[in-house]
Amino acid sequence: MNLESFLSERAKAIPPSAIRRFFDMANELKGQVISLSIGEPDFVTPWGIREAGIFSLEQGNTHYSPNQGFIELREAITVYLKKRFKLSYQPKSEVIVTVGGSEAIDIAVRAVLNPGDEVIIPEPCFVAYKSCVLMSGGVPVTIATRAEDNFVLLPEQLKAAITPKTKLIMLGYPNNPTGAVMSREQLQAVVDVIKDLPILVMSDELYGELTYEPADHCSIAELDGMIDRTILIGGFSKAFAMTGWRIGYVCGPDTLLAAMNKIHQYIIMSSPTTAQEAAIEALRHSHDHVEPMRQEYNRRRRFVVHACNEMGLACFEPLGAFYAFPNISITGLSSNEFCERFLQEEKVAIVPGTAFGECGEGFVRISYASSMDNIREAMVRLKRFVERNRPK
Amino acid sequence: MKNIEEILSLLEKNAKLTAAEIAVMTDSPIAEVEKIIADLEAQHIILGYGALVNWEKTTASPVTALIEVRVTPQRGQGFDNIAQRIYRHSQVQSCYLMSGGFDLMVIIEDKSLKEVAMFVSEKIAPLESVISTQTHFILKKYKMNGTEFASKDEDNREAIVL
Ligand SMILES: Cc1ncc(COP(=O)(O)O)c(C=O)c1O
Repeated sequence: MNLESFLSERAKAIPPSAIRRFFDMANELKGQVISLSIGEPDFVTPWGIREAGIFSLEQGNTHYSPNQGFIELREAITVYLKKRFKLSYQPKSEVIVTVGGSEAIDIAVRAVLNPGDEVIIPEPCFVAYKSCVLMSGGVPVTIATRAEDNFVLLPEQLKAAITPKTKLIMLGYPNNPTGAVMSREQLQAVVDVIKDLPILVMSDELYGELTYEPADHCSIAELDGMIDRTILIGGFSKAFAMTGWRIGYVCGPDTLLAAMNKIHQYIIMSSPTTAQEAAIEALRHSHDHVEPMRQEYNRRRRFVVHACNEMGLACFEPLGAFYAFPNISITGLSSNEFCERFLQEEKVAIVPGTAFGECGEGFVRISYASSMDNIREAMVRLKRFVERNRPK
Repeated sequence: MKNIEEILSLLEKNAKLTAAEIAVMTDSPIAEVEKIIADLEAQHIILGYGALVNWEKTTASPVTALIEVRVTPQRGQGFDNIAQRIYRHSQVQSCYLMSGGFDLMVIIEDKSLKEVAMFVSEKIAPLESVISTQTHFILKKYKMNGTEFASKDEDNREAIVL
């Protein structure tokens, strides 16, 4: 039986990863290489949060939760968003606790897209956006942000990409993979373009807690009129080092959230109970949990950016997330060649920029979510590799 | 001031960091970092640079004891004089003045239980102002100066996460 013929057009529409071969190579060498290719914290979830999860299990809290999540957690999320960003959401109708930001992105897109609707996606960006749009029958319209613009979305780029079919813009700042942050003024310029158009914004703010002075995260939902048309995606994975717990959330206008909740209810039922109880503890002491990790990331960030620039890999200063995105074109190698050879010759894994969109060509993503010792050694090897491969 | 505290805590965690590395990590000029460290050394705020050793994994394995000492403070000197007489012995690793049920906490490291016991009975207990001592031996060190001794350092994350 030819099972290929059973595959849905939608499943087939998802393109294979651009860095499949590199993926396989890295997997084969796992354990023998220094990995700066991982998009998750190297820290273990802070003990106080883990302990809350353990306590929840001890109490026998092993049942489903309400579809939208425990009301205590939804309240804690709204209190946090109010305090941190002056955003007001109703815990009862404007928050859904999801299985990671990942599920939130998916149900947001599913709730609003009809086949043929266009979705504007600035690249390089997190890999799920485009695939989620394709699975919903939408049409991704990508915009290539540029290193010389610090990888922010410019209003004129946006204007040029908008058509009457544009329904949604997917923004991911602080950005994975570039580390770019968009300031309030830069976001306002984007808002000015769409202010009179019927276009929604999905803002993926998973890295919102991880920005470095002088930057501070601004949510696009804070800007005038935007709370009514922004779908805000938040999470615990990055800020609280909780990737494996699989928990995140989505906030937005109740009409949109009600539709998302229908989808969520049938595909997921509810997010993990243990993780929700741990998340309540995370938000209860959010600053104390996040700050030591953020400070450590900041030191590593400066170290990596400095090292890259010193060895001739031009690297704009990333002020968010935990990635640096240096330009490797002085070596004359493609991103993929660079990463494959660096892995083979120096046993360090970093990710080709092309994994995050075609415009990532000429760049590599270095994750500094790794110990300082690993980073230091990896930079010594990177320098050696670059020197060897620099045209004379 | 903030910089000074950050430099101290960085060095406390890893004394091998160079001034150049600290300068990059804290986004400060190298000359400033060098000066701060030199000043901290001159003021005896930084008293030395050591390694955190898990002796239990070596063949040397010395024993460590905590000794609670109750003393009569001396007029005009308080506890400082008697503390000094105790902490000047090279076996004494640390010595603290405490609030609560006893006065001095003396941490002793020596080659064997017997040596520690001898030291206490010969050098501390007979001192005139010492009222009593109580010796506790450390059986196992789990965590010291913020470092967990038993924790495994392996990275069990996936090879690549995008
Ligand atoms: C930008 C961005 N958004 C969302 C996610 C998904 O996070 P989670 O599903 O763990 O909350 C990631 C994970 O890498 C990410 O980098």
